[in-house]
Amino acid sequence: MDNRQKEINNLKDYKYGFSTDIENIQAPKGLNEDVIKFISNIKKEPAWMLEFRLKAFERFKALKEPDWQKPKFPKIDYQDLYYYSAPKSMKDKPKSLDELDPKLLETYKKLGIPLQEQARLNGIAVDAVFDSVSVATTFKDELTKQGIIFCPISEAIQNHPELVKKYLGSVIPTSDHFFATLNSAVFTDGSFVYIPEGVRCPMELSTYFRINASNTGQFERTLIIADKGSYVSYLEGCTAPMRDENQLHAANVELIALDDAEIKYSTVQNWYPGDQDGKGGIYNFVTKRGLCKGKNSKISWTQVETGSAITWKYPSCILKGDNSVGEFYSIAITNNYQKADTGTKMIHLGKNTKSKIISKGISAGSSDMTYRGLVDISSKANNSTNYTQCDSLLMGNKCGAHTVPYIKNKNSESNIAHEATTSKISEEQLHYCQQRGLNPEEAVGLIVNGFCKEVLQQLPMEFAVEAQKLVGISLEGSVG
Amino acid sequence: MKEQLQKDFYNSIKNLSLSQKDIEIKKFCLDNFIDKGFPNRKEEDWKFSDLNQIIKNNIGELSFYNDQTSTNKVDTSVFVDGLEHNKIVFINGRIEKIDFEYEKKDQIEIIDQSETINEFENSNSLSDLNNAFTNKCFKILVKKGYQLAKPLIIYHTTNSKIWSKNINLRLNFELDKDSSLRLIDLFNDASEKNFLNIFYNFELKENAVLKNYKVDKLENKNIKYSFNNIDQDKNSISETFILSSGSNFSKNEINCNLNGIYASAFVNGVFSLNNDKHHEIRSIINHLTENTKSYQLIKSVLDENSKAVYQGKIFVNSDAQKTDGYQLSKAILLNKESEFNAKPELEIYADDVKCSHGSASGSLNEDSIFYLMSRGLSYQQSRELLINGFLLDVVEKITDSEIKNLIKNMIGIKE
Repeated sequence: MDNRQKEINNLKDYKYGFSTDIENIQAPKGLNEDVIKFISNIKKEPAWMLEFRLKAFERFKALKEPDWQKPKFPKIDYQDLYYYSAPKSMKDKPKSLDELDPKLLETYKKLGIPLQEQARLNGIAVDAVFDSVSVATTFKDELTKQGIIFCPISEAIQNHPELVKKYLGSVIPTSDHFFATLNSAVFTDGSFVYIPEGVRCPMELSTYFRINASNTGQFERTLIIADKGSYVSYLEGCTAPMRDENQLHAANVELIALDDAEIKYSTVQNWYPGDQDGKGGIYNFVTKRGLCKGKNSKISWTQVETGSAITWKYPSCILKGDNSVGEFYSIAITNNYQKADTGTKMIHLGKNTKSKIISKGISAGSSDMTYRGLVDISSKANNSTNYTQCDSLLMGNKCGAHTVPYIKNKNSESNIAHEATTSKISEEQLHYCQQRGLNPEEAVGLIVNGFCKEVLQQLPMEFAVEAQKLVGISLEGSVG
Repeated sequence: MKEQLQKDFYNSIKNLSLSQKDIEIKKFCLDNFIDKGFPNRKEEDWKFSDLNQIIKNNIGELSFYNDQTSTNKVDTSVFVDGLEHNKIVFINGRIEKIDFEYEKKDQIEIIDQSETINEFENSNSLSDLNNAFTNKCFKILVKKGYQLAKPLIIYHTTNSKIWSKNINLRLNFELDKDSSLRLIDLFNDASEKNFLNIFYNFELKENAVLKNYKVDKLENKNIKYSFNNIDQDKNSISETFILSSGSNFSKNEINCNLNGIYASAFVNGVFSLNNDKHHEIRSIINHLTENTKSYQLIKSVLDENSKAVYQGKIFVNSDAQKTDGYQLSKAILLNKESEFNAKPELEIYADDVKCSHGSASGSLNEDSIFYLMSRGLSYQQSRELLINGFLLDVVEKITDSEIKNLIKNMIGIKE
């Protein structure tokens, strides 16, 4: 009990709200062709990559910022952002972990990321992204033995151009929506994963994102390719220091699963949500899309969204291959003045495709939460099924919870079932728990964890524990 | 289209004795409409049904002027037999008859409101069109404590004298304290390729009960849009039933404001479509105060290239604690080319509420057919029995037994 209380106190204030004093190299402020060339140049990119970026930028200029989302935000001045920021000591890349700036390592220690020993203990290979550059990739040797490529995408562009060229932009093309196109133009780093045919990745791969420098947008790009018959589970965690101003995070994540392959992508997002009055915090505008390209392939998204001032993302699955499966499990928690507009898209193109959506939204304080989702079964997707369940829990009468599903069925052999409920924690449940000696906050924590269980179960072990704690912490002070 | 609209507008107002001010107001509505045009898919509410395209593809050029100087002969053969009822008859958009023969004359008042215009929340450019072109508008006031002895049937009849025309209708109803009204809208269309634009406004005072049944059964090539605005006071009840089947395209919108405590709204609908038809129901239930209730059930059976859309929204204000909102839509797709789209939406700002929605669509259950066939029914019979039962569920929700039987007969549903 005491321990738990201590832990909560410890975590109560945004634990990751420190910033690290490290000299940065920044691109000149603003967005123009020169900045893009600067980024491309500093990353020593080949010409085709620069071309890719410029093409996206050309298209970006013609696009308008979308405004149909529920959470409104003040206009972002895209010319007032730094599009590249890297720790100076990275200029000449360290060869091994021991050469890393000790201060950097210190930061990761505070974050609780096991870069060295812990990594080995946990058996997680971590690719840490600090601002915009991948700092170190652990566990490389073991992965290389199996032929698995797990490296920063900037390295992959140098070393595996054929793979990057083939798949980059194949799921999220340069002609996509506003933020995705912006990312295509200015993305700085991110992870690249390739699992060769028939290989089952022996460990969970993991990236930790952290925004450090102020006024920077973070634009990473992740590309995961699971070749025929392979399997990979990928974890992503995010934190950012406390700052008054809002920071933009517009990442693109592309997943490609070929025949019989399976990708499991889990996110625990705990970006700085802003203070109690809603000042500051991250704008988390992320485009995540998976393509089940081959037969019998499977992509599964699991997300726990507790941070960010505004979360606006729809991890989606395009079920192109016959018999492919898409899954989406989500917990989104908003407190204070946080806002979230999140959900998924399941696009059924192949025959016998199946998808499942479980979404749990919890809103407290003065926050606002929207589930927005699309299930589209095309006329060729015979014998497909979808099951959707989205439940919302409201705490207090200043918050909002909304559900906006779009359901399209163009195939008479296919079935769609959709359910949604909105309710609050019942007095009976609270009473029952309190009667057994829990204080109101613990009781709420317990009930909420039960409410989220279906999703928490989907997370890999190491993450499930962290996520469960996060769920409790995020709702601190929302009862009573 | 702009020139046509302006020309037809001046022709229309020429025959009306309107004050300069009224003309100005109507002109303002017309300009609004010219500005916005027919709703298209870029508007969120018309995402699944692009009216602009539908009119273009099915009608082409519309004309907006209706000569209403001469009367039409009322064809009594369309009147419903075996049910004593009051009548309002529209023929080609012109009110030909208002007849409350079964009621006490002093309890019902018919007020000419042609000078007023209607402004609704959640409406669109079609309300501007309607305001600009309706010639006559009546308000039917049911006085305090009066409950109509017989139902009122509104006959919407069109005949082959008109084609490619836009017809605008408008009626207002006020149900005073403790009053009640049963209202059936019956569509009899013998015309082709017209666009009907109908606006109703209901004001329900304390304890008032409104039952509105809309029946569009007869096969026709018209395009229909109907908007019901219902404002409900304390303890009032509104029940809306929609049978959406006959027209080529039809969209029914219901905007219901539950303003008083214990007010409740019921919306039930049946889509029974074939032959390239495209129908939509869109409902918005606004729970604005505490202890209000809404219930919606929509079922569709879709055959041969048809398409049904259901957009239902439950809005719960932060004051509306103890709200009970429920919404269910189910569809059976009989044909490979048929399509069902749904957007069941919840927007909730109060925490002590019970709101849920469900939506399911799929094919007829082969196991059920097998079960019935193993008991001696033919494939066709089993299919019919299952569809019958599926739709009967909604018809059974009709609370008025007289009208329930009438509608069952019309649809040909057997018990």
